[in-house]
Amino acid sequence: MTETTMEPLVVEREETKPGFAGTNIPRKEDKRLLQGQGVFFDDVRRHEAGFVEFVRSPYAHAKILSVDVSKALELDGVYGTLTGDEVAIQTDPFFQISPDPGAKIRDYALAVGKTRFMGEAVVAVAARTRDLARDAAELVEVEYEPLPALVDTERALDPDAPVLHDEMGGNTVYSGVFDWGDYEAALAEADHVVRIERLHFDRFSSTPLETSGAVVEYNRGTGQWTLYTNNQFPGFAIIMMAPAMRVGMDRLRFVTQDIGGGFGNKICTHPQLVALCLLARKLNRPVHWHEWRTDQHAANSHGNERVFLEVEVPVKADGTLLGFKARALDDAGAFARYEPLGCIIWSQVTPGLYRWRHIRIDFTQVCTNKSPVGPNRGYSRLQHLWFTERVIDIVAQELGIDPVEIRKRNYIKAEEMPYETPNGCVYDSGDYARSLDQALELIGYDRIEERRRDAEARGKLLGVGIGSTLDSGTNNFGQSTLLNPELQFGGNNEVATVKLDLFGEVVVTLGTTPQGQGHETTAAMVVADILGVTPDDVNVRPGHDSYWNTHAGFSGTYASQFAVTGLGAVKGATEKLAWEIKRVAAGVFGADPDDVELAEGQARLRENPEAAIPFMGIGAIVNANNAILPMETRDATLNVRHVYVPPFQLPDKERKFGNLTLTYAMQIHVCVIEVDKETGAYELVDWAVVDDCGKRIHPQIVEGQVHGAWAQGLGAATTETFAYDEDGNLLTANFYDYHVPHALDMPPLKTGHIESPSPFTPLGTKGMGEGGGGAIHAVCAAIQDALRPVGKPVVTDSHNPYHRVWQLMTRPEESRKLVGVESRTTNGR
Amino acid sequence: MISISFELNGETVEREVEPRKLLVHFIRDDLGLTGTHVGCDTGNCGACTILLDGEAVKSCMLLAAQADGTGVETVESLAADGELSPLQQAFTDAHALQCGYCTPGMLMSATYLLRNNPEPTEGEIRKAIQGNICRCTGYVNIVEAIQEAAR
Repeated sequence: MTETTMEPLVVEREETKPGFAGTNIPRKEDKRLLQGQGVFFDDVRRHEAGFVEFVRSPYAHAKILSVDVSKALELDGVYGTLTGDEVAIQTDPFFQISPDPGAKIRDYALAVGKTRFMGEAVVAVAARTRDLARDAAELVEVEYEPLPALVDTERALDPDAPVLHDEMGGNTVYSGVFDWGDYEAALAEADHVVRIERLHFDRFSSTPLETSGAVVEYNRGTGQWTLYTNNQFPGFAIIMMAPAMRVGMDRLRFVTQDIGGGFGNKICTHPQLVALCLLARKLNRPVHWHEWRTDQHAANSHGNERVFLEVEVPVKADGTLLGFKARALDDAGAFARYEPLGCIIWSQVTPGLYRWRHIRIDFTQVCTNKSPVGPNRGYSRLQHLWFTERVIDIVAQELGIDPVEIRKRNYIKAEEMPYETPNGCVYDSGDYARSLDQALELIGYDRIEERRRDAEARGKLLGVGIGSTLDSGTNNFGQSTLLNPELQFGGNNEVATVKLDLFGEVVVTLGTTPQGQGHETTAAMVVADILGVTPDDVNVRPGHDSYWNTHAGFSGTYASQFAVTGLGAVKGATEKLAWEIKRVAAGVFGADPDDVELAEGQARLRENPEAAIPFMGIGAIVNANNAILPMETRDATLNVRHVYVPPFQLPDKERKFGNLTLTYAMQIHVCVIEVDKETGAYELVDWAVVDDCGKRIHPQIVEGQVHGAWAQGLGAATTETFAYDEDGNLLTANFYDYHVPHALDMPPLKTGHIESPSPFTPLGTKGMGEGGGGAIHAVCAAIQDALRPVGKPVVTDSHNPYHRVWQLMTRPEESRKLVGVESRTTNGR
Repeated sequence: MISISFELNGETVEREVEPRKLLVHFIRDDLGLTGTHVGCDTGNCGACTILLDGEAVKSCMLLAAQADGTGVETVESLAADGELSPLQQAFTDAHALQCGYCTPGMLMSATYLLRNNPEPTEGEIRKAIQGNICRCTGYVNIVEAIQEAAR
């Protein structure tokens, strides 16, 4: 263990009896989902609802000269429209997280005055059927005056670049320097300095299979809206929407049951939801919107595109990495809807898995005429982790060090945990070197040279790539103050309520909004183990309802945290309930609560198990027969709410220093690729992943998350890209052009795991769903390894379709131009 | 409007439909069987897969009018009296679903496969579900579940 600046709170855990936690029980969610009985937002029907279609901008950048909805309104069955002018009168611009200049962005539910990306919503139309709404949208006449479009991230700072938001006086949303350790000293100490001119992390998103949408009702009498929607972070949506709509937060009720995948892409739907709320109020009828796939691609959250420029890496002769320096340019797209949080979130994993101590990043985020970005599985950390892994493999190649060797020499060691990074984050636990060994064994690394020769004989270049990555989970929202010191955010929280009903049923409500992570199941396992019942006895209400009083400011499902915050809340609430049950039973028996144990669905005396009250009896006494209780136990309600609050402090704004996340899960990927020598076409032929997310409550669910993160990373690395032409037209706005992996695209996979329990969490668990983009890192490394014999090209992009690999192999000098090594001979050597 | 009549999950349906109405919207909006999902607008994702006269088809690529005179099976037909079919059971045993949105289409494609090829190879399974996109599972456990159901 290393010295840490801030004292992390180690959670004392009692020795636990073997229970359901750690086993694979059948998921509670499955039965309804397998029979088509799930309720997704589009399955909600409201009488006389108006189906909504958005009229969207065909231009990336244009002035809106006029909007005429009259022809649409004349169409029989059209209920009404909503325009940007109405939105500008009825609402205020959304609150901006950014300090100046980003703070000056005026972002509304519909385009006001100007459109800034292709697909931006300009008018909303509601009609009797989905098809009629589409017909009506085509009748809306919008006159545009096209403006020059800014598409290229690196042009955004040019003095003559088109400016998106005139109020900002340029395209910079946020800029700041992050400087930790003593970079100049590290540079002076180095034997080699490796320089990389440019690395580019591409634009893509997880593209959940269910697109966004909502059914929204307005209650005129109470002024309250109910939104049946798949937004995955209602806490965030409500704080964005309520002030903009000039109403109290409690006027917005968010309800959801099943969500068809989220991956972060369903966090920033607040602009569309505001438009729906205004329409529902205006038309005095429910409105129903189901986003088209094309619109999901063109106008919903994309992942952040990022360029790393002027990278400099001081290295010792023995391969010890001292630090790095770079200029990062992040592309937020047209609006900063969750941004600029991505400008700090990367720093949760500043040194990746390595002992880099001296780091300087000059970070700037800009606007361009592309779809706004938002959280996307691995949000902002995967870009940075990709950068660290690219740096490692480029340094290794240029200095002639083995990729395994350089990692093992520089990995943070198991015995150094908990480990404080240069910017004050505390890595809780893990054993990276052991995990790498396990992954290499799974892939059969000792036979690789033999396989290389075999591939060579078949006209293929074989390569192996390692992607070692972190999944930081449970945010300290105080990190936002490192960007904007005016913000009043800090810590994190999540809620659960557990009650014992009249007939003895245990009922759990969660504040989270699961999208396939099996929260009902894992919550039931934790409850069952504490109360001495089975998960079948525990009814976890599916979904989320902000009116359940099981909702805190940060409630939702995002940022790899349920296993810590959600289950932490469940554990806390269940322990409170268990104590109440024991007190009630003790009151009846005239015993001490500590003499009561809970087992087999009963509260019974430890010394005399015959003296037992079934939970049904406890529920009946408190709910319906409390007169039999002694006065001192009548405060028991058997309905308890617990808010889990992680032990965070506010970070130091001056030094941009502090513990930004509670847990650090790890994944190590190793993949094998075969590249065709003639064409650059390639096939991924083998893959292994080792995962460490601390204590696993339901191993099968954890493995499922590993599989999903793998597939999404593989897609991003090979075929998925949001490509724009120079005028800002999105070229990949559907699943034809945006190819996500199909079953035939996936190579065979071997998985392994180790368990390094987190000392900082109630159950020893770590959040883990996002996966840290390990597959992207591994594919890039494998391509670079495979192409070594053909001129040692350097992989500088995160996205490498066949044609890019072909370019790399036929013109290796083009990428080689981007790297250089300065080696210094020191006295005495 | 056009009059259509077809068998849906063993029961006769007779309705008037707009000529342009998609079969998937007819099944979901008019008949209220919301198990069949919509995930794209280009026929790629397969969330809307049903069986039409025993063939696996994407119901977003057909007009409701084209169902006239056919026999349609949707995901709601798989579990007899609430008992999961062996395929559905294999899906839950193998953790072959996460969010569950692609699942109905996946089940229908797999049902078609197993009816016509009771002992498929892994390659045949992957080929049979290549028209069904899943964004959660990487297909690992879906392939395993279909293999298990075939055993």
